[in-house]
Amino acid sequence: MMIDYLPLLILFVVAAVFAAIAIIMPSLIGPKNPNKMKQEPIESGMIPFTDARQRFPVQYYMVAVLFILFDIEVVFMYPWAVLLNKLKVFGLIEMGFFLLILLIGYVYVWRKGAFEWD
Amino acid sequence: MLNYSWLILLFPAVGALFNAFWGRRLGPRLVKLVANAAVLASFVVAVLMAISLQALPASAHGQFELTLWPWIHSGDFRVDLAMLIDPLSVVMALVITGVGFVIHLYAAEYMKLDDEHQPLDDRRYARFFVYLNFFILMMLTLVLANNFLQMYVGWEGVGLASYLLIGFWFHKPSAADAGKKAFIVNRVGDFGLALAIMWLFFLLGRDAGSLAFNDIFHALDGATLAVKSALGGVTLLLLLAATGKSAQIPLFVWLPDAMEGPTPVSALIHAATMVTAGVYMIARTHPLFELAPGTMTIVAWIGAITALMAASIAMVQTDLKRILAYSTISQLGYMFLAVGVGAYAAGIFHLTTHALYKALLFLAAGSVMHALHGELNIDLMGGLKAKMPRTYWQFLIGAAALAGFPLLAGFWSKDEILYFTFQQNKALYAIGLGTAFLTAFYSFRAVFRAFAGKPRDQHLYEHAHEQSQGMVAPLWVLAFGAVFAGLIGIPAAVGGLFGLEESHMLEQWLHPVFADVSLPSLPVVWELSLLAGSSLVALLGIYLAYARYVQQAGWTLFLQRLFTPLQSLLEHKYYVDELYTAVIVNPLRTLATFFYRFSDQTLIEGIVNGLGRVTMVVGGGVARLQSGMVGLYALSVLVGVVGLLALMFLVG
Amino acid sequence: MNLPHIDFSVITPELIVIATALVVMLAEFVGAHATPSPTRSHRIALIALLGLVLAALAAVAGLGRAATDIQGMLVADDLGRYLELVVLLAAALGLLLAWDYLPQFTKMHSEYYALYLLAVVGMMFMGKSTELITLFVSLEILSVALYVLTGFHRGQLAAGEAALKYFLLGAFSSAFFIYGAALLYGDTGSTHLVDIAARASGGFLTLAGLALLLVGFGFKLAVVPFHMWTPDVYQGAPTPVTAFMSVGTKAAAFVALFRVLQAAGVSYATWSLVLALLATLTMTWGNLAALRQSSLKRMLAYSSIAHAGYMLIGVTAGMQLGLSAVLFYLFAYAFMNIGAFAVVSLLERPGYHATQDATIDAARGLFARKPLLAVVMAIFLLSLAGVPPLAGFFGKLYLFNAAVQSGWIWLAIVGMINSVVSAYYYLRVTVLMFMTEADETSFLRSPLSNATGLAIAVAMVGTLLLGIFAGPWLQQLGQAALAFAGS
Repeated sequence: MMIDYLPLLILFVVAAVFAAIAIIMPSLIGPKNPNKMKQEPIESGMIPFTDARQRFPVQYYMVAVLFILFDIEVVFMYPWAVLLNKLKVFGLIEMGFFLLILLIGYVYVWRKGAFEWD
Repeated sequence: MLNYSWLILLFPAVGALFNAFWGRRLGPRLVKLVANAAVLASFVVAVLMAISLQALPASAHGQFELTLWPWIHSGDFRVDLAMLIDPLSVVMALVITGVGFVIHLYAAEYMKLDDEHQPLDDRRYARFFVYLNFFILMMLTLVLANNFLQMYVGWEGVGLASYLLIGFWFHKPSAADAGKKAFIVNRVGDFGLALAIMWLFFLLGRDAGSLAFNDIFHALDGATLAVKSALGGVTLLLLLAATGKSAQIPLFVWLPDAMEGPTPVSALIHAATMVTAGVYMIARTHPLFELAPGTMTIVAWIGAITALMAASIAMVQTDLKRILAYSTISQLGYMFLAVGVGAYAAGIFHLTTHALYKALLFLAAGSVMHALHGELNIDLMGGLKAKMPRTYWQFLIGAAALAGFPLLAGFWSKDEILYFTFQQNKALYAIGLGTAFLTAFYSFRAVFRAFAGKPRDQHLYEHAHEQSQGMVAPLWVLAFGAVFAGLIGIPAAVGGLFGLEESHMLEQWLHPVFADVSLPSLPVVWELSLLAGSSLVALLGIYLAYARYVQQAGWTLFLQRLFTPLQSLLEHKYYVDELYTAVIVNPLRTLATFFYRFSDQTLIEGIVNGLGRVTMVVGGGVARLQSGMVGLYALSVLVGVVGLLALMFLVG
Repeated sequence: MNLPHIDFSVITPELIVIATALVVMLAEFVGAHATPSPTRSHRIALIALLGLVLAALAAVAGLGRAATDIQGMLVADDLGRYLELVVLLAAALGLLLAWDYLPQFTKMHSEYYALYLLAVVGMMFMGKSTELITLFVSLEILSVALYVLTGFHRGQLAAGEAALKYFLLGAFSSAFFIYGAALLYGDTGSTHLVDIAARASGGFLTLAGLALLLVGFGFKLAVVPFHMWTPDVYQGAPTPVTAFMSVGTKAAAFVALFRVLQAAGVSYATWSLVLALLATLTMTWGNLAALRQSSLKRMLAYSSIAHAGYMLIGVTAGMQLGLSAVLFYLFAYAFMNIGAFAVVSLLERPGYHATQDATIDAARGLFARKPLLAVVMAIFLLSLAGVPPLAGFFGKLYLFNAAVQSGWIWLAIVGMINSVVSAYYYLRVTVLMFMTEADETSFLRSPLSNATGLAIAVAMVGTLLLGIFAGPWLQQLGQAALAFAGS
């Protein structure tokens, strides 16, 4: 019974070993000549110049959340599209409802002014 | 006619509802008219019930069951709202509505003033009568129930009414406390009743799926030995309930405090009717008690000891109403003694006569209280006979009936109890006789201290005045009863002297209910000499009171000095209240405080407030405060997880 | 490929509520009253109420027609229908409370009612789930909606604190729940309760899985020691929300708990003992802590912990008797508890700070000021205390009866002792209402609005009627329980 999980265990071990190798090997075999520039922390190619914990306008947050929301919903449509031939009209109606609900949410955030920057 | 018996419940219910909704607007006149008419109508129904009960065919065994409507039907279990009309319940209904009506009349006048002798406002006047009618309704529900559950409803209902009425002067802390005390002490007893009912159901009611008295008692016939032996436990629980409601040892402590209620309430609920519910309940369930001889013995002993103890406390009390309260406890003790020795009819007889003369005494005391602007201390009275002659006579008649003065009501009923006790247990008889002596003494002590001699407080005396006819007149009805009610229960031995073998009318009347109980009897000579003995004891007690308080004879002072050590014990009522406080109230309070402190103050509030204050000072914002607390909460969840897992594996 | 057959009649009430939620969400953009006002709020509330009533009608229409569908993930047996009814009842009463309460402190009416309806949907689905993932998803739907609703009183520190606490601890316990589900899946290879019942090994994985599921349920039911959030959240949340969730969440979780226990693959002897201990702990802790509260909401919060304990007695007693008793109690509890909260909402000072909201003293002399209201409140409190012949009495009677019938006599006795203890704090309020004079500490929000009045009236009629017709109603529920236990 538990033998069924053996592949999973092997996967865990392989993953751990791979990670260990990826961290340890460079430090062993890589050339090391650090300078000040190299030791700066970087974030998305930018040089941080203040503490990370600061207030920022809530609009960023709104847009980010809404983007993720609608983005993920689109992901849901890929498997649906693949199977549409078999699902036929039933699938079309189902997706219609799905999009309708999504649309209502969209109308709501629009009318609430979540997309307006000011 | 019996099919219309439900009217007896309808009238007070309508009266209470009517006054509850419109009482304030109608004004006192209509309020009292409605309330009094409701009780009078119920009384008329009760009389008609008594008459029609006699017309029943012999096959009915003097019983009539009236099902009003189905109440709980669940699977095989059914309880109906139904009335059991038999001689016992009708006697009770007559007492409740009859005495209740007289007290309503009196209260209509009495309640015009509040406890501080100011005019009572209309709204509270109406509320008083709502409660009073509600009480009558619940008391009738109790005695007319045909099953245990419905009796329980009445039982709780009268408790509620009593609680509301004791605390009627709720702005007085002592009254509010007394109400609470009565309620809580009674809860202990009620708990016993609830457990007893459930137990009974499993023992006897399960097959019939019923809690009706008749079904339960029928099931006794085929009951196994195991079931019958379990009845010992059931009856003990019933007894616990009865000691709560009827103020017997160990639960008697609430009744003296209940005197904080308005005097008509003391007369109606805490003397004449509600407190006798325990006696009624034992009489009603006597088939169970008959099978539990051990419990019967305990009932008798509790009754006897309570009677003696309360009577001895009454001897040293100076508050007129408290004297009467302890006297009530003592007389209820007699009733317990009666049912404990199996003399149920005698118990009900004493219940009836006591209702009459004790209500009379209380109402007369109420008149005195009104005359003296709320003063109840008999040490400050004296000489009131001259000022209020009619009240004096009424109180005197009541006291004489209580003392067992020959041929008055209390004499016959008390003697019957002593007669049956004598045959069963000489020690109980001795206690009963001794208590009779004390009773005679303390009741006449109250009479002489209050009404005879010279006024001890001139100021009070000058203000005293006879009460209005509205209050005085109804009492003559009760006085009449206190003198003549004994005639319905003249023992056959005495009746025989006049050629009337069936002179004990009450016993004849109740015979269908207690037909299954047979009592031994003694030769007529014995019975007559016992009668003479108790007469002598009563007269001796009265004489002692006379010698001590009117003649102030030297030898009585000597006697009193002899008993000085006892006096302090009695004045502190045997320290029972103090004992309960130390053994029950304080530990419970400590426990509650502990849990409160532990779970809320220390664990939650302590940390919240403590952390809150600190973080406010530091100014570190809310975030850290919350993480602190939530961490604790999460810890609790984690403890639960570990505990649950461990428990699962331990058990599984 | 076979298309799944979907029988929508299984979830008609839920669909109605979802549709209503969507309509409500957009309702504030429609019509002339686009600006926030009480009128607009009432209009939205009316739509929501209509949805609830329609859903209840659909649920009633579905009675007696048991069906399992949506890939065996949901079941619409009578048990589920009654659950829907009790949730919808609680929701409707809570909605009437919010009617005039909501516009007092917020302008976001659409959001409130939409989230409210979504919580209702979550509860309804939860009680009908026959599969662990569905169960978890519906649990989360209701939880997330309630987290937001708890913190709806945005201006208040206490509300935010309550919401955050609820959220953090809720997430924490959800993790245990899903872990438990995973273990059961590991044990049986399925998340369907039917399969779990058939294949459970009864060994380590089953026991641990069930224990962790119980943690999740325990949190939602406020079972000690998972109850710590309850007082803070019940106090911080807007009173209508508190009233609703104290009943609705419990109802959903109890029914789901019954479904899980029936299929748990662990012997009755094992789980019943665990639950008996939890019940004892919960009742006792709740009642003792309630004894000396000075805030009415907090007192009722502890009291609701105690009531969860009473209902756990019914769960302990087992399937048929216990379930019908618990169902009966849920209905009784919906009426009496929401009724009590309704009166409490009238005793709250507007703009309160959470620590000095509806205090017990606010009830002082209520009888002198509003006799009828005081009498009604007394009826609710006495029913909660279990005084005959009110609904709460019969609820307890049936619970204790079920316990005794299944041999849990000591548990019934513990329950009885607890209800005696609880009488103290319910009576304390009653005494204050009837036996003290009003002074500067007493308060009453006035005038009494029609919606609140209606809610109180319905709750009181329910409390009384359930007391009078206890027997027939229990029989009705008993059939649902029998159908469930026999299946």
